[in-house]
Amino acid sequence: MKIVKLKKTNLFLFLEIISKEADFWAPVKKSPDKHIFEVIEDFSKINLDYTRTILPPKKIMLPSDFNMFQASNTKYTPDFSHVSKKIIFGIHPCDIHALVIMDKFYSHEYNDPYYQKARDNTLILGHSCWPDEYCMCKSTHTHVVKEGYDLFFTDLEDTYVVWIGSSRGDDLIRLKPELFDEDLTDKDIQNFSQRREERDKAFTNDINFEAMPDLMELKYQNLLWDKLGEACLACGSCTNVCPTCNCYNVEDKPILGKNCSNISRCWDSCTLENYSGVAGGENFREKRSDRLKLFYTHKLQSYISKYGKPACVGCGRCVVTCPVDINVYTVSKSLDNEEVDTFWNRLSKEVTK
Amino acid sequence: MNGENKIKAPANPFQPEPARIVRTYPLTDDVNFFQIRIADMEKALSFQYQTGQFAMISVLGAGEAPFSISSTPSRPGLLEFCIRKAGTVTNALFQMKENDLIGLRGPYGNTFPIEKMQGKDIVIVMGGLGAAPLRSVLLYLLDNRDQFGRVLLLHGAKRPAEMLLREEFFSLKEREDLECYLTVDEDDTGEWPADVGLVTQLFKKLGNINPENTFSLVCGPPIMYKFVLKEILKLNIPKDQILMTLERRMKCGVGKCGHCAIDYIYTCLDGPVFTYWDVIHMRELI
Ligand SMILES: Cc1cc2nc3c(=O)[nH]c(=O)nc-3n(C[C@H](O)[C@H](O)[C@H](O)COP(=O)(O)OP(=O)(O)OC[C@H]3O[C@@H](n4cnc5c(N)ncnc54)[C@H](O)[C@@H]3O)c2cc1C
Ligand code: SF4
Ligand code: SF4
Ligand code: FES
Repeated sequence: MKIVKLKKTNLFLFLEIISKEADFWAPVKKSPDKHIFEVIEDFSKINLDYTRTILPPKKIMLPSDFNMFQASNTKYTPDFSHVSKKIIFGIHPCDIHALVIMDKFYSHEYNDPYYQKARDNTLILGHSCWPDEYCMCKSTHTHVVKEGYDLFFTDLEDTYVVWIGSSRGDDLIRLKPELFDEDLTDKDIQNFSQRREERDKAFTNDINFEAMPDLMELKYQNLLWDKLGEACLACGSCTNVCPTCNCYNVEDKPILGKNCSNISRCWDSCTLENYSGVAGGENFREKRSDRLKLFYTHKLQSYISKYGKPACVGCGRCVVTCPVDINVYTVSKSLDNEEVDTFWNRLSKEVTK
Repeated sequence: MNGENKIKAPANPFQPEPARIVRTYPLTDDVNFFQIRIADMEKALSFQYQTGQFAMISVLGAGEAPFSISSTPSRPGLLEFCIRKAGTVTNALFQMKENDLIGLRGPYGNTFPIEKMQGKDIVIVMGGLGAAPLRSVLLYLLDNRDQFGRVLLLHGAKRPAEMLLREEFFSLKEREDLECYLTVDEDDTGEWPADVGLVTQLFKKLGNINPENTFSLVCGPPIMYKFVLKEILKLNIPKDQILMTLERRMKCGVGKCGHCAIDYIYTCLDGPVFTYWDVIHMRELI
């Protein structure tokens, strides 16, 4: 791995140079505790002091609604207008891990060109972060990154240690090599290690993800699922904010007055009522609890069985988003027999009173 | 490290090919038969599929849905489907006439294990729309008749008017190399020339079955599985020689949209053909 140094005062200069021909996405503050990824032109709007954005960067690769084809009877013309040259700056390790999971998923058996083209045209410039009480990435081993990015900036007071993760990342550095210092001093290395140690200690959550596949299997009929099903609003927020949720629907939208259609693809959610409905009124997962089981089978079990790691990257978005406290943290803890303070536990206490 | 070492599938797996409805006519009140040919001659001839697979059919302005291929790869050129009117796409299909254009892509999904079935006796049990996927394998067996042992077909419908492909099955019934039993739950015509009663009652007509040497293929409405499987298990056919094809909601056919997920698999990639062992060791299958 090639590692260089950049003075913080030179950051904007560097971004200026590399972002000339690309949409530049970065975290922006929307309210005291809400951040989002947005296309920006004025770098002073970048806010790197954030923990997680509302929506993950998947919205940049595959927007919540985009066109797959312009279709007529005689031709289905692929539409790649959602693809453009992009740079995502300030993306955290968990979200980079999510992209690596997506890379695997979208190339498994069939290659999804809508994802692939967007990914190929996007440069990933990661940035270090500091955990809050909801981050679970240490338990999912996604708090550090080794792949999936072009450059990764670790914040060390007045400098960045910049990890070069790809040949394209190396090209970026070469656009203005004089901004970078190739010699890391002993002091730099010491600072880096110290930061790493302190950050490791700052994690407050510990979830035993290794135990989850077996627990999911053993507790598949557990009453816990009924409680969750009763509380769930089937709102789909958890899947929208999750960086590794990828389900979608396809819609044929006729263009008025013409004999053609836009075939569009929009995010869908396994928590929604009709997700598994088929013709004849049959619905394989009519119950909310059954749909939540599918979500948690995906996050905590199937991916681990297939790829050896969970499909959850521990970003904590579901934790801060679900209005009734159904999230990877509370569900894992409950499966592991720990008492957690949640809306649904309070609800069932109310009921038994 | 990032060197390409895998040849990826061609450009756009979601892109339908324009295809033409060659013939369409009703089979029952709500099921129509469709013969379809991909418009581009070269692509039509290079469309290679196997029994058990399905295709995605799209109608401009209505959408796209999965359908089992009912024709057999042993008779290339035309693709055949039995389609029930169920919603947006199928209603639009029923409006279409011969020579109209639709979109088609595929084939998708796994297949019946024809190689393993060679030399074995085959018991096919179908009900309702289950005839759609099983007709493909039945015709394949008949076209390659010398490669298989006994071939037995049990086909059940509620009433005579509801049996798909009646005429075709009655003419197959004439064949000496096929043991074909057709039954209706209730004969409201008074003229049904074959069996009357539930499909499960046909099992007593099978005669001596050597279970180790037998494959059974089942497809029908959910309620049918329950009773038919009981009969098949009574015959002691090994669990991984009992095959069924299952239905799920599907929006992509290629393992991306997530809708067909069951447990840790995607029905569109790892199904729609499953063994009875799959069904009992995987949750939610039936
Ligand atoms: C592998 C496979 C093979 C198949 N083979 C065949 C075959 O050979 N022949 C055949 O006829 N069918 C087959 N099917 C079933 C077929 O795919 C469905 O009947 C088809 O998708 C119906 O599409 P549609 O657009 O006409 O119906 P839709 O409009 O999608 O409606 C179908 C049903 O879905 C539900 N639904 C859809 N959207 C909504 C909504 N917004 N709100 C509430 N409910 C909704 C309803 O229950 C409705 O009855 C197969 C399915 C699979 C998975
Ligand atoms: S399941 Fe929750 S914590 Fe895990 S990746 Fe998804 S949103 Fe983040
Ligand atoms: S688990 Fe929570 S966020 Fe997800 S659908 Fe249910 S209520 Fe909404
Ligand atoms: S149909 Fe889309 S994943 Fe199977």
